[in-house]
Amino acid sequence: MMLVKQISVFVENARGKLSKVTEILAKNGINIRALSIADTTDFGILRLIVQDPDKALAVLKENEITVKSTDVIVVEIDDKPSGLNSALVLLRDAGVAVEYMYAFVSKRENEAYVILKSDNAEQAVKALTEGGVRVVPSKEVYEL
Amino acid sequence: MAKYWNPEAECMSREQMHSLQSERLCSKIKEVYDSVPYYREKMDQAGVKPEDIRSVDDLHLLPFTSKQDLREAYPYGLFARPNKDIVEIHATSGTTGKQIVAGYTKNDLAIWGEVMARTLTAAGGDENSVVQSSYGYGLFTGGLGAHYGAQTMGAMALPTSSGNTERQIRLMHDMGTTILCCTPSYALYIGETIRDMGLDINEFQLEAGVFGAEPWTVEMQHEIERLLNIRTVDVYGLTEIIGPGVAFSCDQECGIHINEDHFIPEIIDPETGEVLPDGTLGELVFTCVTKEGMPMMRYRTRDITSITHEACACGRTLARMKKIQGRSDDMMIIRGVNVFPSQVESALLDITDVAPHYMLIVDREGTRDTLEVQVEMTEQFFSDEVKQLEKLEKEIFEKLKSALGLATKIKLVEPKSISRSEGKAVRVIDKRKK
Repeated sequence: MMLVKQISVFVENARGKLSKVTEILAKNGINIRALSIADTTDFGILRLIVQDPDKALAVLKENEITVKSTDVIVVEIDDKPSGLNSALVLLRDAGVAVEYMYAFVSKRENEAYVILKSDNAEQAVKALTEGGVRVVPSKEVYEL
Repeated sequence: MAKYWNPEAECMSREQMHSLQSERLCSKIKEVYDSVPYYREKMDQAGVKPEDIRSVDDLHLLPFTSKQDLREAYPYGLFARPNKDIVEIHATSGTTGKQIVAGYTKNDLAIWGEVMARTLTAAGGDENSVVQSSYGYGLFTGGLGAHYGAQTMGAMALPTSSGNTERQIRLMHDMGTTILCCTPSYALYIGETIRDMGLDINEFQLEAGVFGAEPWTVEMQHEIERLLNIRTVDVYGLTEIIGPGVAFSCDQECGIHINEDHFIPEIIDPETGEVLPDGTLGELVFTCVTKEGMPMMRYRTRDITSITHEACACGRTLARMKKIQGRSDDMMIIRGVNVFPSQVESALLDITDVAPHYMLIVDREGTRDTLEVQVEMTEQFFSDEVKQLEKLEKEIFEKLKSALGLATKIKLVEPKSISRSEGKAVRVIDKRKK
């Protein structure tokens, strides 16, 4: 399983709205692996990679938070110049578009992870794998 | 300077007015009973015959008509004359298919010109005036109402319509406009634009303004008077009755004179329909006794005010109403456009299938009314991509723009963030100063 479940949360762009979400996750013992926020004037979309996405989804829904699960892929790249570029070139040549991405650094030295949402996840995985870039299996991502 | 356009009508004794209204009412009731099946059925149901109406004191026996009747009878059902006699149509803003249309005969246009000439004369106008009508022209009654009044008075009409403000101001300056007619908020905007253009208001010929079609406060009135260095007349009207000119204020600032030789006013209790005495706040009701095309019988305006029949220091004996104090329904007037929350709801339903929770925030930024529509996000429409949510906002914006004829600000909010009430849901927060 190469596709990773990302949790997306609708947050109003107002004081205290973000901590409401993190509080629910904290209370339920859910660890956040990586996150990014896309913000506009009025609202933001909080995107999370967590240890247990199904549980996170359930507890957030219970608390009447607008939440959605999206399939993304996680790519392992060398923590050095051109590391990200080589992966993106592969996707470009395969005709895969990137909707958004964000990165986090691994606990292991010299490795970084990039989370990618593309318009065609299957094809993205194929192009990257064939080009010698490692796509991290979901199980490994949740345990990072 | 003529003080009144038609002193016989505007200053007649109460006895004369009573007998004139009675005579006109009795013959109009006979006419509509014979020519409008919709009214005949309503009167039959209420058990009233035309011969039961012997004077204006019997007015309360007649059934009311409402916006709902106009919708049911749409488009021609309440017209009392055949189409060959109708020479003009106007319509209120409203959801497509639910708007209200009114038909005018040649004589109706003459009445309209007459009552607007009374209004413009009260503003100090005469045949030497240059009257700039900066209300919108078209289905909206504002533009042409002021236009007909100016022509009836023998003044020069300058039909600039609304918009293109700097060009309006140049014409106002070059043509020597003496009376400006528009919505109060547009008057403020014009005043501010004159200042921003670096022009001196004292180089203009402007003497007075006739403003209406939306609620405005006394503070706003004084602000416009100061900014444009003019005196102002408050004009009241609605398309169903004739348009602007149903009533107008004089220089005594003591209420708005109703042209009651044409439109008989009553104040009723909006709950019980009972007629209320002078000085008591209630819903304003009009009966048209001279109109031919679409003479409304006891039409409920939903506007809340009170009236008095005491003579005014200006010399007019016409009944006076207070500035509109509110509405007995949930209609809002935003930048001169009538907006009902139900219109917003049905537009949202078109997009989402399920009635979403929404809240309307009405405010005023500077001189401009604003309408913010807060819509609660649902799982169905949520996306992890900003562009999808922006697309949704845009879709709601366009839908509302075509339904309301008004640009709104759309704000997506979290579920359950709009308060739920036990009884009737509160859908509107109006932050504009009353």
